Amino acid sequence: MLLNEYLLLAAFLFCTGVYGALARKNSVLVLMSIELILNAVNINLIAFGAFNHTVAGQVFALFVIAVAAAEVGVGLAIVLLIYRNRHSIDLDKVDVMKG
Amino acid sequence: MGGSHLALVHGLNVAQQIAFFALAGAMVLSALRMVTTKNLVHAALYLTVVLAGAAGLYILLAAEFIAVTQVLVYIGAIVVLMLFGLFLTRAPLGTGQDLDNNQRWLAAIIALFLFGVLGVTLQKGFKGTHVNAIPITDGGSNTAAIGVSIFHDFVVPFEVASILLLAALVGAVVIARRD
Repeated sequence: MLLNEYLLLAAFLFCTGVYGALARKNSVLVLMSIELILNAVNINLIAFGAFNHTVAGQVFALFVIAVAAAEVGVGLAIVLLIYRNRHSIDLDKVDVMKG
Repeated sequence: MGGSHLALVHGLNVAQQIAFFALAGAMVLSALRMVTTKNLVHAALYLTVVLAGAAGLYILLAAEFIAVTQVLVYIGAIVVLMLFGLFLTRAPLGTGQDLDNNQRWLAAIIALFLFGVLGVTLQKGFKGTHVNAIPITDGGSNTAAIGVSIFHDFVVPFEVASILLLAALVGAVVIARRD
């Protein structure tokens, strides 16, 4: 198989995630888009690991999965706190620190 | 003997290509629907399809341990956590509401530009490069090779990851606690 098939698919998923993170209003949807970005990185890591015939890419993908789990836990806790204080998780309305 | 072996390798390649393009098509469509759908729960379900497709790609690349971890952690835990987040924040369920902000076109231009740059760079750098998915084994299974690698070459990052998970656990409890 061509290496570029995997890399281009991962690049597409990455750009879709960037679009979602920029264009969405709901903060849970933004967190989902960030998961899409991390997943694209994982595909890249595993494709390059298979290309170099080393297991290091898979180990790094495992670390990325662990970091993603931690990120979602803390991120959703922050989203719940914002909802409790402001009764909305609309990111356009979270502008207390706007000058 | 040699001819039949070559034919077997060729047939395997064709099967891998078919599986790859089926998975890739499903992932591309689901990712596009995920960032454009007007229904929050549908977005989470489309994300599940993308993550499951990625698990299939890992199996195609002979990384079955990562594929199982992907299903367990991403689909089993993270998507469920996202759905809980949607329900706990009383997200407006059902179709029809506007979930995008007013910088949608700017975001689309940025994403397209980024994809163009990445695509041109990847085509220049890796055009015609082949990857053959042979299991990476030192006499044992792929999973055993990953375990040996984690506890030999990546001990310090592994310990750091455990500290990070502990900190995230405590932090999430402290942030979300009602006091």
